[in-house]
Amino acid sequence: MKKNWPILVVDDEDVMCESMGAWLREDGYHVDTAPDGKKAVELAKSMDYAICFVDLKMPGGMDGIETMMEIHRVRPEASIIIITAYATVDTAIQAMKEGAQEYIVKPCNPQEISMLVSRILKLKKLQSENAILRKKLNRQYRHYDIITKNPRMDEILALTKDVADLRSTVLIRGDSGTGKELVARAVHFSGNRAEKPFIVVSCAALTETLLESELFGYEKGAFTGAAAQTKGKFEMANGGTIFLDEIGDISPKLQADLLRVLQERRFYRIGGTQEVEVDVRIIAATNKDLAEEVKEGKFREDLYYRLNVIEIHLPPLRQRREDIPLLAEHFVQHISSALGRDVTGISAAALNVLISYDWPGNVRELENVIERAIVTCRNGMLDEQDFSWLQRSVGQPQNWEVPDVSLGELERRAIVAALERKHGNVKEASTALGIDRSTLYDKLKRYEIVH
Amino acid sequence: MNGLYLVAIGKVPAQALDWVENATAEWFPLPIRRLPPLPIPESAFDAKRGQYQSVEIMKMLAQHAPNDADRVLGITDVDLAIPMLSFLFGQAQFDGPIAVVSLCRLHQEFYGLPPEESLLRERTAKEVLHELGHTFGLVHCSEPTCAMSLATHIELVDAKAEQYCARCGMQLVQRFTSKEATV
Repeated sequence: MKKNWPILVVDDEDVMCESMGAWLREDGYHVDTAPDGKKAVELAKSMDYAICFVDLKMPGGMDGIETMMEIHRVRPEASIIIITAYATVDTAIQAMKEGAQEYIVKPCNPQEISMLVSRILKLKKLQSENAILRKKLNRQYRHYDIITKNPRMDEILALTKDVADLRSTVLIRGDSGTGKELVARAVHFSGNRAEKPFIVVSCAALTETLLESELFGYEKGAFTGAAAQTKGKFEMANGGTIFLDEIGDISPKLQADLLRVLQERRFYRIGGTQEVEVDVRIIAATNKDLAEEVKEGKFREDLYYRLNVIEIHLPPLRQRREDIPLLAEHFVQHISSALGRDVTGISAAALNVLISYDWPGNVRELENVIERAIVTCRNGMLDEQDFSWLQRSVGQPQNWEVPDVSLGELERRAIVAALERKHGNVKEASTALGIDRSTLYDKLKRYEIVH
Repeated sequence: MNGLYLVAIGKVPAQALDWVENATAEWFPLPIRRLPPLPIPESAFDAKRGQYQSVEIMKMLAQHAPNDADRVLGITDVDLAIPMLSFLFGQAQFDGPIAVVSLCRLHQEFYGLPPEESLLRERTAKEVLHELGHTFGLVHCSEPTCAMSLATHIELVDAKAEQYCARCGMQLVQRFTSKEATV
């Protein structure tokens, strides 16, 4: 049965409903019939009809046009075919004006009806496929997927829309877990490059030479193991956007190479003699204070200004606490369905715990905390006790004896303590501290903690 | 197992029921029996269209169905229609006991051509297999040569073979061999 596409036949004449229903059932459709508009609307409430054949003239109650309008109120997507025994131009025009897909005069050639039905269903199939694909494509990259009611975030979102169609370089600053990549995607997918590639490169994850070949590609024989000419990320992103995450971590040599690409949109593949020209928008992100790095001589000043054409500074989650309930609800729905768990919500008491927490790992930490709570939750609602571990670790600052030291020293001690507790396991220590691994590495370097 | 009853409605070509019997015997493991001819019900005639409403004819067939009938197939030479459609080659109750086939538009003469008995026989067999297929739960088939493909004009009837495609055929076999199945 083509059950996905149920059909409704509405006609006051029994014989019409019966015969048309029988004819369509032979084609494999699920067919319901209704003798009047009232019954038709009632049926439409419980069944998502793809097509409704509605007789124009029905004595008493609603006529075909009224019935169509009522069905459309319940099922705006249903295609309505108005049937009439006498063709008049006026009624046809009226029917089409009110939203009928087709207007046919009975009796009608079987081939005509058969083609009409398959044409409408083909369109519906394409529409539904298109909707699914669009949804998949845009999944988390659209502006409304950045969940916020914080005025500063609203300004940032407005800015991403304003700059979406430009080619200007964007520098996104913000602590780990504040959503820098999400904002970069929002800029890309809401602009005129949305259909073109969006390529992410994590600059901290690779060594200098690897990052160089990753970005610029190489010619065959450029180095041992370069078996064939390979395109780099800049070429892959041609026409689209390249997102350089953790840009503050790149070496001086790569800073120089990058500056050239930014200035000229041209570069050489490693071992290449031919210049490659690309049309790429660059979005860079960092959790470092690049201006400070420039002062200290660690980051090229000219590259900093080239990158910092449009600057977006994402606030940490603790500065947008009003977003915590919205984000928490969103993650509960999203994660519980992804994990196949039946957790439907989060209690007010639990929300209070989350709101009063400081979230050093920002939105990413919140997401991880909720995932952990969902995994261990025993009923359908996240409650205070599902976050008791979170409370224990940070929720009772009043009982601490805070040593009289600088904030930096306090942070250093917290890191050392976490590493000791986790027996030197950086991954676990970074989770416990609510920051990601690269941030922990940075801090280890900064505080000169020998690990 | 009871029987598949064939019945002429009004006047039909002399050998029509023999053609039907041969075609059905090949596919359906049911005893095939014949009922005495039935008159065309007056209530079926649509004077405005000069055609016969198939729903009325099927109602009459249901009334005359013997108690031991699994299926009743009516054969008529008049032109069938339903209110929505300008004509029908035949009609069946989907997964039900009653079906009717009209020979009217299967004759070459209907298209202004000289009569051709062998072609009429072939077309009759194809349409009978088609409507009976519906009564055994088969829906339209996308294979144009299968008896179950939808024919909305005579060229499409001629494009079919006098048989079901492998998939529809297997579905019928399953229907007849499955233990719980009611034919």
